[in-house]
Order: sequence, then structure tokens, then C-alpha cells
Amino acid sequence: MAVYEDWSTERAAQVIAEHKHLDGATMPILHAMQETFGFVPDPVVPMIAETLNLSRAEVYGVLTFYHDFRREPPGRTVVKLCAAEACQSMGSTALTAYAEEKLGVSMGETSADGRVTLEPIYCLGLCACAPSALVDGQLVGRLDRATVDEIAECVAAGKHFGEV
Amino acid sequence: MKSPRIFVPNDATAIACGADRVAKRLEAGLLARGITADITRNGSRGMFWLEPLVEIETERGRIGYGPVTPADVDELLHAGFLTGADHPKCIGVVDELPWLKKQTRLTFARIGIIDPLSLTEYEAHGGYRGLKRAIDLGPAATVEEVVDSGLRGRGGAGFPTGIKWRTVAAAPADQKYIVCNADEGDSGTFADRLIMEADPYCLIEGMTIAGLAVGATKGFVYCRSEYPLAFVVMEKAIEKARMAGLLGDNILGSGVSFDMEMRMGAGAYVCGEETSLLESLEGKRGLVRAKPPLPAHVGLFGKPTVINNLVSLATVPIILDKGGKFYRDFGMGRSRGTMPIQLAGNIKHGGLFETAFGISLGELVNEIGGGTASGRPVKAVQAGGPLGAYLPVHQFDTPFDYEAFAAKDALIGHGGIVVFDDTVDMAHMAKFAMEFCAHESCGKCTPCRIGSTRGVETIDKIVAGEKREQNLALLEDLCHTMKLGSLCALGGFTPYPVVSALTHFPEDFGATPKLPVAAE
Ligand SMILES: Cc1cc2nc3c(=O)[nH]c(=O)nc-3n(C[C@H](O)[C@H](O)[C@H](O)COP(=O)(O)O)c2cc1C
Ligand code: SF4
Ligand code: FES
Ligand code: FES
Repeated sequence: MAVYEDWSTERAAQVIAEHKHLDGATMPILHAMQETFGFVPDPVVPMIAETLNLSRAEVYGVLTFYHDFRREPPGRTVVKLCAAEACQSMGSTALTAYAEEKLGVSMGETSADGRVTLEPIYCLGLCACAPSALVDGQLVGRLDRATVDEIAECVAAGKHFGEV
Repeated sequence: MKSPRIFVPNDATAIACGADRVAKRLEAGLLARGITADITRNGSRGMFWLEPLVEIETERGRIGYGPVTPADVDELLHAGFLTGADHPKCIGVVDELPWLKKQTRLTFARIGIIDPLSLTEYEAHGGYRGLKRAIDLGPAATVEEVVDSGLRGRGGAGFPTGIKWRTVAAAPADQKYIVCNADEGDSGTFADRLIMEADPYCLIEGMTIAGLAVGATKGFVYCRSEYPLAFVVMEKAIEKARMAGLLGDNILGSGVSFDMEMRMGAGAYVCGEETSLLESLEGKRGLVRAKPPLPAHVGLFGKPTVINNLVSLATVPIILDKGGKFYRDFGMGRSRGTMPIQLAGNIKHGGLFETAFGISLGELVNEIGGGTASGRPVKAVQAGGPLGAYLPVHQFDTPFDYEAFAAKDALIGHGGIVVFDDTVDMAHMAKFAMEFCAHESCGKCTPCRIGSTRGVETIDKIVAGEKREQNLALLEDLCHTMKLGSLCALGGFTPYPVVSALTHFPEDFGATPKLPVAAE
């Protein structure tokens, strides 16, 4: 479970100021925004555009091009299951269906109660100990039903994965 | 008595398999027994089925135990593993394992052996000898040494690295750049990740040599966001190298200046394509650029740029240290040197196997890899990532070589091999290839952006038996259009996994076996 800061224009301006000196600063700023607020709130688009002397359309284009950037807050726990070929060879497709059922949320969605977001990720480089996942930023290899159960318990209890 | 030295790997695979919990248990167990020991967090040796692989230094060599679970720790301590005692998890002297002894570790010589962030250990194991020799040789001779080595880009296209460097060296400019492609998006690959996590100074040294060779003073590593740990290790290593005067101005008193920065991708596979990557580094959408101009002439921020795969750059230090000829003497045909082959997926002994080119696919999968993890028969392997062909078992005599693979409409790409057992549905995998292309397309070309979605629908219809002949012809036509009408290999190569699946496994597409299939 990740804890993010509440939105504030001042904080966003500060994040921009910390990174604006970099060459090609747009991506580092967007990453930093997401790390700070958990997502990239819309009001930062004109702020970045103004600071970096870009059009809003350009910044918006970057924000929407990349799969990583969110425009809505994620669930309190983010579960990313690897959907790439090596993990498929070890049964990730069936395991994903199991996780959807256990967590009560479909792939690519956030549960209505905001507890969990389930997303695909395309390879974590753990392909020799597949299937793999990234749960609350923690790497998981040799993923099986028992670990999915453990993840579901953490989500239900509002605990950080690995805490129980 | 000297306090024992214990190694617990710290790379992403080991951690994903519980290495941090093992290390914690070990610390607690040692404390409870009043034993002082030095726990070194090394990188992985690349034998991932054994992770977490705990090693202990003894006079016989480093003795390994694996895979160790947190619950095993107390039992191991009790059994006396600190002196290398026997135990069901003991695998003996690690360096003597056939899996390691059969390899030729040149680029990966240090992984798993040293503490990744210790400069002292890096230098004690041959580190910075390459850069020192490059400084003595000077820029032009350094470039020629890389040309002589026969090194070809390990990112997929296999272009001679030395020739690329020559072009950039000859381009006049006030500023040039070295860009390391660490986007490693192919499923089944982890060689770049392992260097960053287990031997980061090797990349720093390689990029510094590249900078010296072509006259570039600034480097960027574009690392995918799926590798958070590698990113952090690299940032620490860069900082330490800077503090030690190995990055910055006047490196090792040579008058050469070079510094570098880490940058993070954002989950776009296409950003592994070099021009898309440069756009992304510039802070834009990752749209592929038309070539020419080549990045060597007009690259990052419009300046002459060397963009190389991480393994290409990390191979440069040993080439400079031992000479181009030393490296060129390994390999076969036009594939010189060694390749870090990554065995992945449904495989018993998966991991990183560095060997000279020429080894057969069958030996890699069956002998070294030990067959499938499930114990079922192998049905196919996908080589070279999501844009690579599926090879059936009857093609397992193919030697691992750029040209031999190309002759079978296959690629070695970045060296990944993903194994599938007989439960795989190849029509599903063909459809996945099209879906992946649709998901990752940068959107610039119609055949890639729209064609891939049409491909998904058409495969569905074929499998459903709907207007079978017409739809097979349509799919063939679509693949042809994608091959010819795409600007980059995302759209251009997606047909390879699709067509190979259809050619070798028609029965999975609803055909009666042996029916001639309209493909290729
Ligand atoms: C869709 C696509 C994805 C690619 N992904 C990567 C990648 O992740 N890493 C990489 O080194 N090269 C990748 N490449 C190849 C690069 O475009 C380029 O050839 C390479 O970075 C050059 O370095 P090298 O000569 O050292 O191999 C990709 C190419 C395409 C078309
Ligand atoms: S082939 Fe696809 S990814 Fe490549 S440039 Fe065209 S649209 Fe972009
Ligand atoms: S394919 Fe899942 S980790 Fe690589
Ligand atoms: S832009 Fe039309 S096919 Fe590439």
C-alpha cells in the first residue's frame, strides 16, 4: 500500500522546479508527479507546458502516449501481473483469471472501493522464474495461487503486501 | 578465526524469490548464535532456478546452497553450512558446476562473484583495465579495436558496433552523446538487467570508453520502468564512480571528460527502437523517426549520437582489455565473440548462459536448460522476443548465429529463448503477437496500427472456422503488407511469430494436420 501526498499546486510547482533543469525534462517531471501524487493530475499539464515552454498539446501528448502514466488515482494496492510470453508459458493466463476472481476486479481496472488496481505489465525480466508480478512495488517470482491468496488477504486487511 | 563470508544475491530475480527474507533470517540466526559473519549481497550468478543461492567462502572455494527458503536458514546453520557442510540443498563448489564451467563468461565474467557496488572488487577482477588501455591507445585506435573485435550490436539488429562508432567519431560537432539502450522489452530477456544489478561499473566503464573513442562527453542510460531495482543500483554506482574521479573531468588524469545520467522509460515497448528512444529522451512521445538521417549523424537533441544496446557497451571493456583479436577468436561465421543467451519460460534450468556463437538451439534447450519445467515435452520456443519466430523441435539443430537464424526466418534478437511445452495453443500465441503489436504501436504507420487489430480479428475467425480459406489468404496478405509497409520492426517483424506459428502448427488453427498452409 503506497501513501501519496494530497494534491497541492505549490507542491506540484516544487516538483517541477526540482527537475526543470534536466535536458528533456518532461518525462522526469511526469514520473516525479506520479511518485508524489500517485497519478498525474490534469492541472499539471499547463504548469509543465508553461515552465518548459511547450504547448499544452505537446505535454498532453506525452502524458497519454506512455502506458505508465495514470490520470486517475490508483487503488491503494497496485497489482501488476506479467502478461508477456515467458509468463504465459508458465500458466499466467489461468493465474490472472484466478486473481481477477480473488480480488474481485478485472484486469485493467480499479475496484469500486478503491482498494486495489489490477494491471498487466509486459515483462519484469524475471522470465526464468515465471510467472511474475509487481505488487506494491515488490517483485514476486514463481507466482502461484497461494501467493495470489496472500495478496488478496493483504488487500482485504488494508496491509502492505509482505507484512502478514 | 576469520569471520565467515556469506553471499546472498541482491538482484531482482533473487529478491523476487525471497532473497531479502533469507538475508534477514540469516542475520537473526547469526545474532542468536553469537556468530559474526560478513554477509555480502552479491549479484546473481545467473542460475535462476537455484535462487536464492546462498554461498559461503571456504578454502575449497565458494560452496553453494539453493534454492534457500527463509525456513531453511536455521536448519542450514544447525547443519554447519558456515564451514561448507553437506546438506540436501548443498550444490557443492559453485565454480565447478557444469552449468557454469561450460560457459565462456567474457561480458558477464564478474556477475555473482563481486559485490556490485564495490569499486575495489570491480578493479580487483579486471575492472578499468579496458579504459586504461583505451586512454593509452587514444580515440582512433580504440575505435579500430572495437571494429577488429567483430562485435555486432546485441540489441537485435546486429549492426557492427565499431563501424557505428567510426561514423560518430568522424562527425564534426560541438556536442556528441552516448546513449545506452536499456529498454530490454523482449519477454525472455534479462541480460541488461543483470549487468545493471550485478556489475554496474562494467556499463559505466564501457560508456566511458565509447565517449573517449568518439569524442562524446555526456551519456544517458534509458532504463525501462519495469526495472526499478536496476535503476537504483545504477544511480548509486554512477555517484560512487563520480566520487572516485571515474566520471567527470579529467578521468584518471587522462584529460578525458565524461559523465552520465539515468533516465526512466514509461512502459512503452516501442521506445526500445532507437529513434523512438531518442524522442522519449528528448521529452516527447515515442514516435519512430524515419531514417536517414541516422542517429550517428543526427541523434539526441540533433547531435551525433552513439546508441547501443547495454550488452554491446558492457562488452567493450573486455575487448579493450584483451584486444579485438582475443574477442574475435570466439564464435562462428560473421557472429564473433560470445552471446549471453537467456533461457526462460517453461524451462527447468533457466538463466543466463554466455557462450560463443555456434551452439545449437537443441543443446541450449534440452541439455543446458534440462527441458521443460513442467516435465512435459517441448512444443516450440520463441527466440528473439515478441517479434521473433516460433521454432518447432525439428529446427533445433539450428546453430545460434545471426545468419543461420535469419535463414530460417528467425532472429536471435537480444538472445532470449522462451520455451513452451505441449499445452501451448499456438493460435493463441499468434493472436497475442498481433495484440501486442496493436497495444504497443507508436501509431505512425497504418499497417502496424490498424493491420495488427485486423490480424487479431482474422485469427479469431480462422480458429472459429469462419470462411477459413478466405481468412487465411487475408492473414497472409496482411502479414505481407505489414512486413513491407512498416517503418520499424514492430510492425515489420510481428508477422514472423504469426507466420511461423501458422506454418509449423496448422492444427492449432483448426486445420487437419498436414494440410498445406498458405503462408510465407
Ligand atoms: C520495436 C523495437 C524494439 C526494440 N527494443 C530494443 C531494446 O529493448 N533494446 C535494444 O537494445 N534494442 C532494441 N531495439 C533495437 C534498436 O532499435 C537498436 O537497433 C539498438 O538499440 C542498437 O544498438 P546495438 O547496435 O548495440 O544493438 C528495438 C527495435 C525495435 C524495432
Ligand atoms: S511499424 Fe508500428 S511502431 Fe514502428 S513506426 Fe510504424 S507504427 Fe510505429
Ligand atoms: S515474461 Fe513475465 S517476467 Fe518476463
Ligand atoms: S505511414 Fe503509412 S505505412 Fe507507414
